[in-house]
Amino acid sequence: MYYDVIFSGFGGQGVLLIGDILAQAAMLENRHVTWMPSYGVEIRGGAASCTVVISSQKIGSPITEEPCGLLAMSKPALLKFQHKVKKGGLLVVNTSFVEPEMITREDVIKICLPASEISYRETGDYKMANAVLLGAFVSLSRVVTLQGMEEALGVFFKEEKQKLLPLMIKALQYGSEFVCAGMNGDG
Amino acid sequence: MSERKILRGCVALAEGAIAAGCRFYFGYPITPQNDIPEYLSARLPQVEGVFIQAESEIASINMLLGAAAAGARAMTSSSGPGISLMQEGLSYMAGSELPGLVVNITRIGPGLGGIAASQGDYRQATRGGGHGDYHLIVLAPNSVQEMYDLTIKAFYLADKYRNPAMILSDAILGQMKEPLSLDPPPLVLPEKPWALTGARGRKAQLIKSLYLADGEMEQHNWHLHEKYRRLEREEVLVETDLEEKMEVLLVAFGSCSRMVHSAVELARSRGIRVGFLRPVTVYPFPRQALREVSREVGKVLVVEMNTGQMWDDVRLSLYPGCRAGLLARPGGGIPAPGQILAEIENLVKAGDGIDESVYQA
Repeated sequence: MYYDVIFSGFGGQGVLLIGDILAQAAMLENRHVTWMPSYGVEIRGGAASCTVVISSQKIGSPITEEPCGLLAMSKPALLKFQHKVKKGGLLVVNTSFVEPEMITREDVIKICLPASEISYRETGDYKMANAVLLGAFVSLSRVVTLQGMEEALGVFFKEEKQKLLPLMIKALQYGSEFVCAGMNGDG
Repeated sequence: MSERKILRGCVALAEGAIAAGCRFYFGYPITPQNDIPEYLSARLPQVEGVFIQAESEIASINMLLGAAAAGARAMTSSSGPGISLMQEGLSYMAGSELPGLVVNITRIGPGLGGIAASQGDYRQATRGGGHGDYHLIVLAPNSVQEMYDLTIKAFYLADKYRNPAMILSDAILGQMKEPLSLDPPPLVLPEKPWALTGARGRKAQLIKSLYLADGEMEQHNWHLHEKYRRLEREEVLVETDLEEKMEVLLVAFGSCSRMVHSAVELARSRGIRVGFLRPVTVYPFPRQALREVSREVGKVLVVEMNTGQMWDDVRLSLYPGCRAGLLARPGGGIPAPGQILAEIENLVKAGDGIDESVYQA
């Protein structure tokens, strides 16, 4: 089993965090995993991304030229990475920030969802948009289980952040159900 | 049962230092190693340790020299330009036979360069770096687990040989997270009867690197030389993954060896017989292992994120008649597994022999 994915968006949207949560879940499910952030002069509102590699074997390269999946939370993220996604791979796009017409790939599985609006509607807060998209990604890629994800969330949202845990879980579950119900934004 | 966690490489290294009994850190900020002092500034006080942000790298290395002279397990960390500033102090430490750990999370050089991953400090690290006839003990991790394990190992080697040790790493290993087992060995702090701990009840001692009497300095240099020869005999660490009748042997160290590992898997899946050798200690360099392995191999390819610094050591070590090419990505470029695979396939097709070519990926 091998899967690599790039999570990308603006700094502050939480793409590094959801990558971290995915990596934690993979470790809890006894997979080999690497989490590699983009590294440069990173600022809030600038570009941010991370690569997560999950495998049943020892992992060599923690970076990828041709990811199995891309989760894009912003226009620059989609434009920078969509051409790299493997044919037949997975593209999860946040249409709260990206017009679906910007997606040029026809040879991948596409999931479009207005994650910020969904996050606000479901949790009363825009900030869980990342978890909505993560839920959609996980239920399509099946690279870890949704239960594993919820367990991993518990590692990150404890003590003073614990009050956010039920909201994150709700957002994650909604993203997952969105996919299961086939409510694809682009029809 | 060891604890399993997912940590950033720099944090794993800092935890390794704590596990090794290091209780003194001196350093000055520079990217991409800031996670180490940031983490230790909170972590050291929890174990009654001392964290000092020094006024410069020159101050840091001399504080390390002082702590080592007093018998403490101590460290500093920096990156490229900061490590250059420390070279005088490192030479003094080697000359005075003082143990201590210096971590170089390298950046791109020369000059101010850039903060991306590079292996351009290999030569500085393995040749000594400062003035005079000395070496550092240099370990080059390639995983977050090794950032922890080799840091512990480095402290023990430094004390055993009374010589400064270095962890040579980069931004890839410093920033990436991987699961690791935090499994500290039992803490054994060696006796240091030479340390300057106050002369009450015993004769005064002196730690110095200045020897002015006739022949004294030559004798001292031979003494240091014998220590390095012993390191070369007894402390070499090397990882190998070999096959029968190898067509190509790949040699890489540090983060770059991770891309090479992937390329080796790809090549094997295509039926190419490929071997892999990774120096874990880059000083002492695994000369003997490389000489023996290369006896059975026609072609060697060195992959490095510089313009061929370890390549020199490889060519000095190969079995006579065996030659090595170089695939190089200096200046922040990372050799992708696909690029390395393409070069392996070219080498296999090229027939017998190989000249000492440089392939720009």
